[in-house]
Amino acid sequence: MTDRKGPIIFRPYTAFSGMRKAFEMGNANVLKSVDEAGLRGRGGAGFPVAMKWKFALADIKEDHTGYSEERFIVCNADEGEPGTFKDRVLLEEYFELLLEGMIIAGYTIRASTGLIYLRGEYAFMWDRIKKIIIRWREEGKLGENLDGKGFNFDIHIRMGAGAYVCGEETALIESMEGYRGEPRNRPPFPVNAGFNNRPTVVNNVETLCLLPHIMNDGAEWFKKIGTAESAGSKLLSVSGDCGKPGVYEVPYGTTVQEVLELTGAVGVKAVQVGGASGVCLNDHEFNRRICFEDVSTGGSIIIFNTTRSMRDVLVNFLGFFMEESCGQCTPCRYGTECLLDGVLQLSRGEVNGEYLAELVGLAETMTIASKCGLGQSVANPFHSIIEKFRGEVIHG
Amino acid sequence: MGNLSDFERSRIPSSHLRQQIDTAGKADVDIKINGKELTVPYGTTILNAARMVGLKIPTLCNHDDLCVVGVCRLCLVEVEGQKNLQASCAFPITESINIKTHTPSVRKARRHVLDLMLRNHYGECYSCRRNHKCQLQDRAKEHGVDFFRFGHITEKRFEEDLSSYAVVRDPDKCILCYRCVRTCIDLQEVGVLEFINRGFETQVSTFMDKPLADVICVNCGQCINRCPTGALRANDPSDAVWEAIEDPKKHVIMQTAPAPRACIGEEFGLEAGTSLTKELNTAIRMVGFDRVFDTNFAADLTIMEEGTELLTRLKDALVEKKDVALPMITSCSPGWVKYCEHFFPDQLDHLSTCKSPQQMFGAVLKTYYAEKVGIDPADIVTVALMPCSAKKFECNRPEMQDSGFKDVDYGLTTREMAQMIKECGINLPDLDKEDFDHPLGLGSGAGLIFGATGGVMEAAIRTAYELVTGREVPFEGLNITPVRGMEGIREASVLIEKPVEDWKFLDGVELKVAVAHGTANAKKIMEKVQKGEADYHFIEIMACPGGCLGGGGAPIPTNDETRRKRAEALYNEDAGLAVRKSHENAEIAQIYEEFLGEPLGEKSHHLLHTHYMPRGKRIGD
Repeated sequence: MTDRKGPIIFRPYTAFSGMRKAFEMGNANVLKSVDEAGLRGRGGAGFPVAMKWKFALADIKEDHTGYSEERFIVCNADEGEPGTFKDRVLLEEYFELLLEGMIIAGYTIRASTGLIYLRGEYAFMWDRIKKIIIRWREEGKLGENLDGKGFNFDIHIRMGAGAYVCGEETALIESMEGYRGEPRNRPPFPVNAGFNNRPTVVNNVETLCLLPHIMNDGAEWFKKIGTAESAGSKLLSVSGDCGKPGVYEVPYGTTVQEVLELTGAVGVKAVQVGGASGVCLNDHEFNRRICFEDVSTGGSIIIFNTTRSMRDVLVNFLGFFMEESCGQCTPCRYGTECLLDGVLQLSRGEVNGEYLAELVGLAETMTIASKCGLGQSVANPFHSIIEKFRGEVIHG
Repeated sequence: MGNLSDFERSRIPSSHLRQQIDTAGKADVDIKINGKELTVPYGTTILNAARMVGLKIPTLCNHDDLCVVGVCRLCLVEVEGQKNLQASCAFPITESINIKTHTPSVRKARRHVLDLMLRNHYGECYSCRRNHKCQLQDRAKEHGVDFFRFGHITEKRFEEDLSSYAVVRDPDKCILCYRCVRTCIDLQEVGVLEFINRGFETQVSTFMDKPLADVICVNCGQCINRCPTGALRANDPSDAVWEAIEDPKKHVIMQTAPAPRACIGEEFGLEAGTSLTKELNTAIRMVGFDRVFDTNFAADLTIMEEGTELLTRLKDALVEKKDVALPMITSCSPGWVKYCEHFFPDQLDHLSTCKSPQQMFGAVLKTYYAEKVGIDPADIVTVALMPCSAKKFECNRPEMQDSGFKDVDYGLTTREMAQMIKECGINLPDLDKEDFDHPLGLGSGAGLIFGATGGVMEAAIRTAYELVTGREVPFEGLNITPVRGMEGIREASVLIEKPVEDWKFLDGVELKVAVAHGTANAKKIMEKVQKGEADYHFIEIMACPGGCLGGGGAPIPTNDETRRKRAEALYNEDAGLAVRKSHENAEIAQIYEEFLGEPLGEKSHHLLHTHYMPRGKRIGD
């Protein structure tokens, strides 16, 4: 169905094999296997998947025949980080792998319902993926007594409406419930009180797509790919000034330089790793490795060559945050605007370096004072671009 | 699309309400705050734990009447082991933690939060109604803000919404703390205000951004009481009142409601619960009003009319077997009346046809009083001092002109009256005590307790029971305690035994009553009424939590503590009065004898009763 090549997801796969293996293993062993594989979330934060699942299982009462209450597995398909489009490829080309992954996750955490939160901009996929879900139901691979394994599980789609912040898991849950997409306070965490106040696990598309492979080939095999702390592979969405932009699957530990070579990028001045909320690397840092130990990313790699103005890049990112902040907490709602305005004032010569120092301090505050990850990561591009391209930001 | 009915759930107005943790059966937790050890119940927020050791962590979005949102980020503290600062209002303590409340990074973050708010907070303090009553100003002072670190907005971004008689919105002063939204959606369950847009463009708005006058706002003004800044205020007519006072042709009359006298002292720095009834009379005369009358008189009049209406409805139902609307529900609270018109337009028959005391008084002043003193009612200006913003809307209802003139010209809130008094250089607590003017200045204790939730019910029972049985109510000291208190919905019953001849049909009837305050509680009780499940005879409903003493025109802050103290003040004053039953008010007897004839008589019907409009939720035209 595709000529993509890669160490895990982009390699040949026999349909339903991972799902059936999981049923053979039983849910306790699936959990153990995912734990041993050291699988971490692919959305960006890198939270250990098995740990999240265990939290969601914490309230299972053993005296009950099954589980104590309704719980949910949610697939976060709100791929909104600037410069990332790898989930789009998975949704378009590997959707059935994703469904298997959701079934495996749902089976393990004893969920009876899976929800796909689909990015508003991906509404064009609706018909196609809905048809696949309906076909799976008809084939008995979703619904009651799934695949004859005595496990009841169905999957529904929920549409986003185009807000970046809804990629944040609690805002995503609010949005699914029909409220404004605003992040919640934590605790309580979604694993304890998520969708409809029920235990809810939110996993990224890519994370879920890895599960069938881990089932098939085992934790040991998986751990051999990648680095010590970052097992497995990573899908990268590479864009910007390169010859071959696109989605690549590389083992963790791949250097930025290797990515540049792979994609035919020349004359590169800077690389933004992790999208607007990620960090900016200059040409002295291209030997850095993409992994949780070094520079981590949800998948976005944006390449800037020497013709690009890093002030423009920064202004673009800050404008993005100003628009996409949900608006509920003060540091993020006003801080993003204040940083953007400050950079523009700076470039017009209306304020000096002293004010820039104030802005750097403000960005530090936003990191520790904002309610959610959005406001907390504005400082990533701000600090790294100011630090590495200070002259360019001030003088153009 | 996935089917929502798969996961049907009860609709709860705001998701924030549900973000609570399960504390059942959990052991207390040992914690440290700034090195001080203490033990707190599982689930206590850091904010409340800090209060236990006498620490006041600064807050803006937090309000004790409202659920937690944790958005202003001013109450941040350091929790050992946590990478980021934590909002103390939103952090439930579930394990032993070490908290530091004023580390350098905490202080810097709080300053930055304030700096950012001030950057976007249009206007100057000295030209703001909330000057010296503003929590943003307080916080800025506490944190030593002495310059605008990130600048200060110099141009207005928004238009003021002056459409409503009751509530004025000035979005330029809004700090987006969510309090008004939570008040409107969660506390009152009206749901007029909500956040719109995103990021820097976020603002509080109404349905389709319509003016407040065109949406289903009930004018309760609870949002005003909870606004930390000057973004919400009552629509203040004091300039027009001043003009009337200065006009020698005008005979300007003030009627004062019960609640303002029990809380206006707070505006002059006194403890909540200090009654200044007679000092207030003095001040009102010093300001320049020609007469000061007691709304309690009109409250007593309401009891006579409403009590008779209730007994008539009971007779119609029990003896004549007519199809009358029972339970009958009070109509004193204009916020409640408009709520009912919007939310239960098919249940308006249950409302008593009685006007509120304010409107009864206005109608009587421009007829009976005008005639008695020989003043052309066209030259009479009636001003009502009320704890209420909805009263401003009520006096402007087109049907409230039964005297042939606008029955009540202006409604002033307690806060606005205090402002007028201060403008004259008067320190209210220092004044001598003066009585009301007569003949409309005598009010009973029953009229006085109208100011507290349950008061109308208590007043009605005191009178109705005695009219029916010829005996005083069987409660010690006339204090009908089952209808008092701050419980959202309260029920009581009184058994009627050995009634006098006229009311024989009530023998053995257990008169069932209920009291609700706050429109969220009104909704609960009205849903029962709507389904025919409410077997009460009479219900008192007040739009505001606590009743009038918690009204949208009451001093700020209005919270649980001030509401209780104000109620106490009213009940204490009632206990000390010689006349405590409406029907024993000599001036009431006089007005029926000289003018009205009898309760529900023709004149009463014309001047003291009204009708309602089934508004529904249709918005605009």
